[in-house]
Amino acid sequence: MTVNPLLSLQGVHTHIGPYHILQGVDLTVPEGGVTVLLGRNGAGKTTTLRTIMGLWQASKGEIHFHDHMITGLATPEISRRGIAFVPEDMGIFTDLTVEENMILAAVNGPMDAKRLAWIKDLFPPIGTFWASPAGTLSGGQKQMLSVARAIIEPRRLILIDEPTKGLAPAIVKAMIDALAELKATDTTILLVEQNFAMASSIGDTVAVMDDGRIIHSGSMQELAGDSALQEKLMGLSLEAHQ
Amino acid sequence: MLTRLLSGDTPRSSLLTVLLLIVLVSLAFAPFLFPGTKSLETAARICIFIVLVASYDLLLGYAGIVSFAHTMFFGIGAYGTSLALSATGASYWSLLWGTAAGAVVAAVFALAIGLFSLRVKAIFFAMVTLAVASAFAVLVSQMSWLTGGEDGLNYKIPRELTPAFKLVKDKVFDVRINGKLLAYYLVFFASAILFLVMLRIVNSPFGRTLKAVRDNAFRAEAIGYRVVWYRTAATVLSAVMAALAGSLLAIWLRYTGPATTLSMEIMIDILLMVVIGGMGTLYGAVLGATLFILAQTYLQNLMGVAAEATEAVPLLSSLVAPERWLLWLGVLFVLSVYFFPAGIVGRLREGARGR
Amino acid sequence: MSEQAIKPRIEKIPLSEQVFRKLPIFLVPLLALAGLIAIGNPASWLTLTVAGLAMGMMVFIMASGLTVVFGLMDVINFGHGAFVTVGAFVGFTVLAWVAGWTASPSVLLNLAAVLVAILAAMLVTGLLGYAFERVIVMPVYGDHLKQILVTMGGLIVAQQMIHVVWGPDEMHLSRPEALQGSVVLGEAAIEKYRLVAVGIGLALFLAMRHVLKKTKIGLLVRAGVENGEMVEALGYRIRRLFLLVFMTGSALAGLGGVMWGLYQETITAHMGSDIMVLVFIVVIIGGLGSVEGCFIGALLVGLLANYTAFLAPKVALISTIALMVAILMWRPQGLYPVVKAK
Repeated sequence: MTVNPLLSLQGVHTHIGPYHILQGVDLTVPEGGVTVLLGRNGAGKTTTLRTIMGLWQASKGEIHFHDHMITGLATPEISRRGIAFVPEDMGIFTDLTVEENMILAAVNGPMDAKRLAWIKDLFPPIGTFWASPAGTLSGGQKQMLSVARAIIEPRRLILIDEPTKGLAPAIVKAMIDALAELKATDTTILLVEQNFAMASSIGDTVAVMDDGRIIHSGSMQELAGDSALQEKLMGLSLEAHQ
Repeated sequence: MLTRLLSGDTPRSSLLTVLLLIVLVSLAFAPFLFPGTKSLETAARICIFIVLVASYDLLLGYAGIVSFAHTMFFGIGAYGTSLALSATGASYWSLLWGTAAGAVVAAVFALAIGLFSLRVKAIFFAMVTLAVASAFAVLVSQMSWLTGGEDGLNYKIPRELTPAFKLVKDKVFDVRINGKLLAYYLVFFASAILFLVMLRIVNSPFGRTLKAVRDNAFRAEAIGYRVVWYRTAATVLSAVMAALAGSLLAIWLRYTGPATTLSMEIMIDILLMVVIGGMGTLYGAVLGATLFILAQTYLQNLMGVAAEATEAVPLLSSLVAPERWLLWLGVLFVLSVYFFPAGIVGRLREGARGR
Repeated sequence: MSEQAIKPRIEKIPLSEQVFRKLPIFLVPLLALAGLIAIGNPASWLTLTVAGLAMGMMVFIMASGLTVVFGLMDVINFGHGAFVTVGAFVGFTVLAWVAGWTASPSVLLNLAAVLVAILAAMLVTGLLGYAFERVIVMPVYGDHLKQILVTMGGLIVAQQMIHVVWGPDEMHLSRPEALQGSVVLGEAAIEKYRLVAVGIGLALFLAMRHVLKKTKIGLLVRAGVENGEMVEALGYRIRRLFLLVFMTGSALAGLGGVMWGLYQETITAHMGSDIMVLVFIVVIIGGLGSVEGCFIGALLVGLLANYTAFLAPKVALISTIALMVAILMWRPQGLYPVVKAK
């Protein structure tokens, strides 16, 4: 099968101040489905996402999105090529209402009513607190709003950074369901996750990071079925989170 | 011995050493090398401004804090000395206590402003000092019963420091050895000592911590340094030094007024001198102050010639008019901040390393 | 796992906190009341209050751009005063050109002259803002120290250029006929121009609020103040937004300059840096980045300055500093602290 990957990183290095965080990341994200980026804290997962978004500049290497090189482009350009970003801190504008957050997320004009109805169906609190300041939402609701913003317009690729971190189990489940439904539409997801249960329940392909490099990539099925490999790759790092 | 006197902070560039020596020798023998009232005035101003600019660099260059209240402290010192001299007579005693009082008041003010506004952001401090300093200047010019208002204060200083006092009857090398000369050497040596003291401060453990705080306040705090304390201490030290420089000015001029000490123009001059000379190195203050004051005094003549030469071209001639010299210094200032943030001294040291 | 509440909920803000947040609004009438008690004479009080409001509105117009620029990009422009001065000089020059209109008894022609002067001043200062942002500010993003130094340098150069273009002398100009004189209200005489200034200031504040609350650009500005990175990640070019805000702020400073000039009827090359002291006090009192705070701060400063100028003229400027100190003791970040994501 020689389908061109939607996103590919080749030998990407990123420096933040004096620190050399990414040390030659090679990663491919195939079109369609969910690719999960696993790894312990500080492995460079968040930096990888931020480098793809252009929020941090790669000092070496190339990033291709849909056959175009996007390294060195400004963040808004990258975003407008069809990549949405759900950061770890959710990036909610707390001073604005839920509605205003959504209005801004619809970059290309007014929101599509059908799509909005679908989102409110996926995340009921969005509708409930439509006119409230986003700052008054709870953590889980903010996470939902952050994902909702990313999908209010059709995007080819969504980068999501640890959407279940610190959330209650019921909200985690709602989030998994939402992502599963999103997967069924024509959207590719690159998901950073430490929770292997969540990752294996939704992921199609998987890449494992350590010390600023990808140390394994393959299908999720293979990894989920091979506990020896899990042990080898992440025994220490993921144990605590299962 | 010499290295110890400089606290181990040598110029580290042969060209810089030569320039500094030229400045030192010229100032030390100014009355004999450049006879005439105007050149002696210029030399004394250079001495005083070296101290003033160096004390500002303590704050800007070493602590990374922008203050617009430096002339306020300069003025407090000057007014302290002159008020004491006018109130309790032209004695050395009034000179001394006035100077000390000025320094103490400056320290208290600096402490209050520092504790009050250094907790937040550099920008905040800059804005607060700007507001406070302007209010102070207005207040001083309004309290005419005490300060003489806009006209300022004229007062007598001890007779031994005035031209009327003759130390030696005959001229030495064609120069009158009178009280004015003594006053000059008082200014010169006091400035030299204050400069060496500041050199000691910045090269002490305190000075090094200050730089660490400047470069990464967050990290310094994490390691366990009380960032606010260090910044406030730097503010107070710099204020005291500025006040002492103000006292020297008061003694030298025998006059103190808002225009010579408190004005925003002087504040801007200080900024220009620090940046052009080189932030974060006290030697920059020496070169910056010297060049700036020489330019202020003599460049304007040169520009007058240029203006006459270009009289036929309307806009150009007003651009090079002598009054517009600050325009060109302003441009130079902006360019220095962009391209040579380490100023002249930084360039010279870089050149020395390159070889 | 943490035992968080699962059902959707809204964190209710306690009533006391809500009152606390709104508290600064009451400071203005409170100060006016204190002024009335201290002054005693209602007629003088009314005159002073209108004067104070007029002054506050003008300072607000000049300060608003500065505070939004800071909120959005963490940039403080110490050269902002240059736009005030340039605006005043351009406005006066235009008014001098149309001297026939300003001297005419026709109110319409008078106002047309002022309008043309204001538009010209705003156009010039807006364009100057563009140049200033590109040449002076852009290279020093993220470095406060250099920002302060460089914008100060820009101020020096701008002030000198004013001397080059308009000569070293101050400029005098009388207000147009229609804006001279006073209206008498009971025993109080209120200068007409002050009422106009209050009107313009109020209209501008309401317009600004409307833009910030109801338009997409306004939403973007507010979002950008809180988290510029996320605005970019959504696909907006925040640099362009910032340039727009910077130019608007500069144009407003120019407008403030014309209004201030007409108020004083005399302008000098350093008027901008003189007013900047008040502007900074106002911006600090309001909370860096907050338009509402800036508005309230400006009114407080205007009222207080006028009351003290009447009661104890020597301490007028000191009193505004004292106000700043008092407010910072109460709220170290100003009246309306701005939420920052990082």
